[in-house]
Amino acid sequence: MPVEEALLPKDLAAAEGMVNVQINGVWHRFPKGTRLIEAIGKSGDEVPHYCYHPKLSSPGNCRMCMVEIGMPARLAPGAEPTYDDEGYLPIQWMPRPAISCATMVSENLGVRTKSTLVEEARHGVMEFLLANHPLDCPICDQAGECRLQEFAVGHGRGGSRFVEQKTKKPKNVDIGPRIRLDDERCIMCSRCIRFMDEVAMDPVLGFSERGGYTTLGVHPGRKLDHNYGLNTVDICPVGALTCNDFRFQMRVWFLKETPSIDTNCGTGINTVIWTRNDQVYRITPRENNDVNSCWMPDSHRLNFHYLHGQHRLTSSLVRDGDHHRSAPSHNAAGKVASALKSAPKGTAALVVSSRLTNEEMFLAKRLAEKCGISAIATVPREGEADDYLVAADRNPNTQGFLRIFGDQDRAATLQSLRDDVRSGKIRTLLTLQEDLLAPEAGFTQDDLEKLDFLASLHLLDNGTAAAADVVLAGSGFPENRGSMINVTGRLQRLNRAINPPGEALTNWEWLATLLRETGADVFDGEAAAFKALAASDELWQDLTLARIPDNGIQLYETGIKIPLVERERERIARGEING
Amino acid sequence: MPPNPKPATPLDLPDELRQKIDAIVSRYPESPRAAVLMVLHSLQGRFGYISEDGIRWTAERLGLEPVKVLEVVSFYPGFHQHPVGRLHFRVCRTLSCAMAGSIELMEKLCELKGIDIKAMHGHRNPVLVSDDGEVSVEYAECLAACGFAPVCMVNHDTHEHLTADKAADLLGQYRAKSGETSAAH
Repeated sequence: MPVEEALLPKDLAAAEGMVNVQINGVWHRFPKGTRLIEAIGKSGDEVPHYCYHPKLSSPGNCRMCMVEIGMPARLAPGAEPTYDDEGYLPIQWMPRPAISCATMVSENLGVRTKSTLVEEARHGVMEFLLANHPLDCPICDQAGECRLQEFAVGHGRGGSRFVEQKTKKPKNVDIGPRIRLDDERCIMCSRCIRFMDEVAMDPVLGFSERGGYTTLGVHPGRKLDHNYGLNTVDICPVGALTCNDFRFQMRVWFLKETPSIDTNCGTGINTVIWTRNDQVYRITPRENNDVNSCWMPDSHRLNFHYLHGQHRLTSSLVRDGDHHRSAPSHNAAGKVASALKSAPKGTAALVVSSRLTNEEMFLAKRLAEKCGISAIATVPREGEADDYLVAADRNPNTQGFLRIFGDQDRAATLQSLRDDVRSGKIRTLLTLQEDLLAPEAGFTQDDLEKLDFLASLHLLDNGTAAAADVVLAGSGFPENRGSMINVTGRLQRLNRAINPPGEALTNWEWLATLLRETGADVFDGEAAAFKALAASDELWQDLTLARIPDNGIQLYETGIKIPLVERERERIARGEING
Repeated sequence: MPPNPKPATPLDLPDELRQKIDAIVSRYPESPRAAVLMVLHSLQGRFGYISEDGIRWTAERLGLEPVKVLEVVSFYPGFHQHPVGRLHFRVCRTLSCAMAGSIELMEKLCELKGIDIKAMHGHRNPVLVSDDGEVSVEYAECLAACGFAPVCMVNHDTHEHLTADKAADLLGQYRAKSGETSAAH
């Protein structure tokens, strides 16, 4: 009977579609087709790099990610392989380094990331990159989040030997309405060019005058004005591309980063909100491969200035004759609660925005039940999907509304509410974060004047507020904590990044105060409301607000797909990108 | 960069050239971008340089963004973005030719045609054109005839052993040729 041969590591790995790779002397196992740079990252070591980006093709032009690699020797004809005790072949190290971003892992591959050869290679590349790069970090807006700065410290020589004239290139170039380019800072990694070619599919960027004067730019007469253009600023490893809206506003190390989600459309793009002293300075996309990859549209990213604008309400208002005067919060809330409570049955209504969180909606539902209000409508907001990330549904939490208030024809419900207001059936109305005079809501000034009592909870001083008897100063998306369900059926969490200004309160605090005024029990915070909500819906039973992962959790499938994410999955399947 | 004196109108391509370009592009059904160099050569062959209109026309013809054509045009010193003279001199300045006197040759050519060589800048202004438009000069890197330095190309002809004192003869040689041609017409 033949002795059964013990299976070698290569066979064990191959059975699972994996390969064995030795990194700094330790054997790891990675799926076939993984790029070496990703494999090294997973092993816990970092490889400095500029041009490589997991969502873009790998041209291998920055040369920063060089490592020392080795393979088993090719066997002489007739020779038998000699395995070591662990079952691996001896590695023959190659005399020159290789770039890890464009090298795929292979069986029995050896990698060294800490050898003298690798250190010398990194020193050399850094010295070349810094030869023509301005050394004026203190006045550069990228300082603090500059890869060149970081790697110069980590892998550079420490001093410059360059005594010649640096190349002069265009500075402060207006290449688009939202972006400014400093060509002298550009290290020609080409990430922005590849992003515009491959993801935005608007290839307006290119290198002209290649050679000693390689210049990034757009063609005369063309502009980098694509709605996803600002992503090039995010992926620019240096200060070459900067965002007009953020540049020179604040040093990044002063900013606090809060992971949250975007509320401009139903996609619920994952974001980081950068704040200081209760002010939002910028919003950047956060990687989530099921929602937005690493990207975000400019229109959504820049839509936060209204939070700190002149129309922001900083205290509550109560009508006094033909004008408003500011009033303490409990006073304003008391007036609203008593108006809702005392309204005869069937004459009060609520407009609940689909921009509210699930928890806020849940409280609104409780409030309606407590006051015997059955007329509840939301404002549908339909736009056009942009074939990238922006969903046709411009409300961030339509799915949440439908789950909490029941499946319905939202347009018809809103229409019947409008009819009831016009016919005089509805006499008391509270609107939660909706301007009733906005075109999508469709109410007119005459409609609002017909009401006996109108209250508006909103963060802005809008037309409805002007017509309202009581105006409650509410909160905007970075001030709220709670959950939302996106168009695909994914539950995601908003985190509070800042506090509302002045005497404004969060929407949650207002709804809790109103409930308290009507004599109901109030939850101890958003998390408790989520718990109660989860108990009433079998889909989220095991969840708590804090337990929703930062990347969200798919509750159900609505069948809606996000085109950009689908395209990215196809590219990963074709092996074009690592993803 | 010198101002562009007369913008070309490559949209007025002769039918013959148009057909030639169509034939070139049809060779690359998968990726028309592959035809970019040959289309540019065709345009430069007709107009002597590649104008902004030429770049845009090429981009449109091949379904590219203009910047992708500009990338190519601005990379190769062989492509001109501005009109050159009827006689275009490329004087080699790589080691052998430089040591054998090509710098003096260039200075002499400029002196003969009243060209201010100080206006030349290797990157910003590499080509100088004489006021009458007859001659343009440019430094070139190795023309692969180091054994016969200094070397200079005039349009498509290569001339060897060209010391500065032969510059006037060389110019005269081409003037005589053009005289013959015009006489023949």
